[in-house]
Amino acid sequence: MSEFAVEMRDVIKIFPTPEGGEVNAVDHVTLQIKHGEFFSLLGPSGCGKTTSLRLMAGFEWPTSGEVCIDGKLMGRTPPYLRTVNTVFQSYALFQHMTVFQNVAFGLEMEKVSKAEITRRVGEALEMVKLVGMNNRKPKQLSGGQQQRVALARALVKRPAVLLLDEPLGALDLKLRKEMQLELKALQEQVGITFIYVTHDQEEALVMSDRIAVISQGKVLQIGIPAEIYERPNCRFVADFIGETNFLFGTFKSWEGDMAMVSVPGLEAEVVGLGAKGLSSGQKVIVSVRPEKILISEGSVFKQNCFQARVVDTAYVGSDTRVILDIGQGTRLNVWERNKISTIDPCAFYQQGQEVWVTLFPENTQVLAEV
Amino acid sequence: MSEKKPAFWLRVFAILAYAYIYFPILILIIFSFNTQKINVRWEGFTLHWYDVLFHDSNVLLAVRNTLMIACVSTLVATVIGTLAALALQRYRFPGYTAAESALYIPVIVPEVVMGISLLAFFVMVGLKLGLTTITLSHIAFNIPFVTLVVRARLHGFDKSIEEASMDLGANEMTTFWRVTLPTIMPGVLSGALLAFTLSLDDYVITYFTAGPGATTLPLRVFSMVRFAVTPEVNALSTLWVFTIFVVLLASQVIQRRQEHH
Amino acid sequence: MSNIQTGKPALTRFSLRKTLRENPTAQGLALISPTAIYLLLFMVLPMILVVLLSFMIRGPYGNVVYRVNIQNYARLADPLYIRILVFSLGVGAATTVFTILIGYPLAYFIARTPARQRSFLLFLILLPFWTNFIIRIYAWIMILRTEGFLNSVLLHMGVINVPLNILYTPTAVLIAMVYEFLPFMVLPLYTSLEKIENAQLEAAADLGARPWRTFLRVTLPLSVPGMIAGSILVFIPAMGMFVVPDLMGGAKTILIGNLIRNQFLVSRDWPFGAAASMLLLIITLVFTLLYTRKAGFGEELLV
Repeated sequence: MSEFAVEMRDVIKIFPTPEGGEVNAVDHVTLQIKHGEFFSLLGPSGCGKTTSLRLMAGFEWPTSGEVCIDGKLMGRTPPYLRTVNTVFQSYALFQHMTVFQNVAFGLEMEKVSKAEITRRVGEALEMVKLVGMNNRKPKQLSGGQQQRVALARALVKRPAVLLLDEPLGALDLKLRKEMQLELKALQEQVGITFIYVTHDQEEALVMSDRIAVISQGKVLQIGIPAEIYERPNCRFVADFIGETNFLFGTFKSWEGDMAMVSVPGLEAEVVGLGAKGLSSGQKVIVSVRPEKILISEGSVFKQNCFQARVVDTAYVGSDTRVILDIGQGTRLNVWERNKISTIDPCAFYQQGQEVWVTLFPENTQVLAEV
Repeated sequence: MSEKKPAFWLRVFAILAYAYIYFPILILIIFSFNTQKINVRWEGFTLHWYDVLFHDSNVLLAVRNTLMIACVSTLVATVIGTLAALALQRYRFPGYTAAESALYIPVIVPEVVMGISLLAFFVMVGLKLGLTTITLSHIAFNIPFVTLVVRARLHGFDKSIEEASMDLGANEMTTFWRVTLPTIMPGVLSGALLAFTLSLDDYVITYFTAGPGATTLPLRVFSMVRFAVTPEVNALSTLWVFTIFVVLLASQVIQRRQEHH
Repeated sequence: MSNIQTGKPALTRFSLRKTLRENPTAQGLALISPTAIYLLLFMVLPMILVVLLSFMIRGPYGNVVYRVNIQNYARLADPLYIRILVFSLGVGAATTVFTILIGYPLAYFIARTPARQRSFLLFLILLPFWTNFIIRIYAWIMILRTEGFLNSVLLHMGVINVPLNILYTPTAVLIAMVYEFLPFMVLPLYTSLEKIENAQLEAAADLGARPWRTFLRVTLPLSVPGMIAGSILVFIPAMGMFVVPDLMGGAKTILIGNLIRNQFLVSRDWPFGAAASMLLLIITLVFTLLYTRKAGFGEELLV
């Protein structure tokens, strides 16, 4: 067995635009996906994640670069000769066939015996928890059921890699959350590589072993969910995943391995984790997530502790969301867990209240402004 | 539009309009049973003319020819037209606009002009006028209609089922036969039905390309109406009407059945 | 770039299968070729032939003399032929007008009935047209003849004393043509009317318009695309008809279609017939172009 389940080596895919120009839908993408991992391609609509998936499946061929599956170069191999299977966003069930026939189709192509087909189809449908629907047509099934059929149809072939193109997009919220957990459990049970395309960052964080964040055809960052969330390497990633606060300033110097940033309106410099290669005078963005900021009545820390005034608050039950002004109109969002059960109005922040905020250096990212 | 009950006079008008539409047909049918030959007054009920009809070898030959031509031309036109519809709906190639324009010729050009052009063509090429030339002409004007109908159906076609099929191991040919064709089949059948009807019913083009010998039902009816007007024509017409009616009813029933499944 | 999968050498022979599989343009061309070839042969070539013929001249023995000239077109300018042309346009126009007069209320009626009934009502309109076209004309001959049904009834009831001479006049032709083309007007009109949102009519009423005004200022303008589509579907074929005038119009009623037919099958002056065909074709194209320029190729035509 080769080192990686799926590889993309410096792949470029160019499409013509309606106006007559060209666009790099996939721009120098290099990915190495390990056997048995749940790998997500995450990004906004049109970023190239679906195109990347289609390049792996064989519905598109790279303009340049290579796609490798299990170490073998794919070149212009058509989809029906690749050992990967796809679950489509629209399910793409064969409307003129029954559930059984849909799932059996792939096995028929492999010339598997009838008895074997019946057995394996039964197994696959059981695995996706869809029993007793063999003779129904797709029209007669709900969205969630159709989704399971699409899944069973692909899994029954025991592919080395399963490609999923936003399979949960058409489901309502509750069902979607249930299916996320089910899919994750399924992947662990079956043990094959899942490559999952989504624009929903929460979904990616919940399900994935590793995530690749993609924007405008380029891979911006690859890492485990925690890495993507806690150590974003650029503005886009910090902004796209979860919520964050941005402060715009200038990099001054290094203090040990901490970066010192000067932000207009703040008396002291902001300290945070910085990427290597920052030069003095370079414009940077300080990113700190709202749940990581501490609000206190007095100044408690020496570094990254600033005066602030409460502008507005929002009570959302489990949290209180506070908007603060730290000077010159710069605003910070802070989320505080409501750890104490109280309905006393005095316990909540008042508009105009003077407080102090602390941005812990290890929770603060300093990113180059691109 | 709203579904408030239409005004009274509107309903009366509609009833009169429907009467206008059905009246000639009814007269036709009633008088097919008339004993009197000249078809002026109602004299008595008889099935005599139907008897004459069934023994009329010219008519029977015409029926056979018409059905044969319709079947052949429908088959050929449906196959060719469906392929063309797929080509136009999914691909871009040099000559696309030319092909599309060529398909609009029968829709725009008056039948007379098409008829004489085919006549001139066959004569110039040296092809003897007869059933063959009729069939060739029918195929020619059927192809665009099949293409039109199938294209309309292809509009909402979800390409991802073809990709799914190839993803599951079926190559292009298998995908076409097992997935694409079954999915567009209702459209293809609609196109075929249209082509069959057009061929069955065609008078003008057939008239020009038939030559002296060949006869089809519409041509036969025309000469019967022109020259030998007896209630036999009525009988023929009545039978024709009822056959069509039965066929239409059957197709409706089959459609309903399919939807219920 | 070699394909390690199958071990083929880097420089492959031209493979038809591979080209067809990989090149979408090739696939498209392959699919369209049967149609392209067939239509080129049996539609485009014949039409070109007609164009060429129109510039030839008829020889003394009825053959075609291959000498390019425009004599035929000059001949068409003769008042006799101009009259035929004008008459054809007139018949076409009259048919169109009458089909609108009868068809509009009918389409309006159907558009106002509950949705479930509508397809049935439309089906009812189409049903008689599944019978053969000649048969329907024959039915009208039966009715309109001097000894026909209409006259018999009217004479019997004493409404008239002498049978009406309807058959073999332009009137008979018009009656039959309107009958023939009614569905072609009703269906596009219906499509247009059916699309009018109820909310617009209610808004007009809300703003103070009485039903008749609403009709004139809202419904009618919105149904114009349907009327135009119907007009195209009626006017052009009606103008080129020859069967109806032939069977029901008598010797006096000659339309351009009859002229063409006669030239090809009676007088055997093919070049002249070709020229007349060109004239008809040009008029047809002009009207079609006017329509598509004005209203675009709308759904109303996809009857």
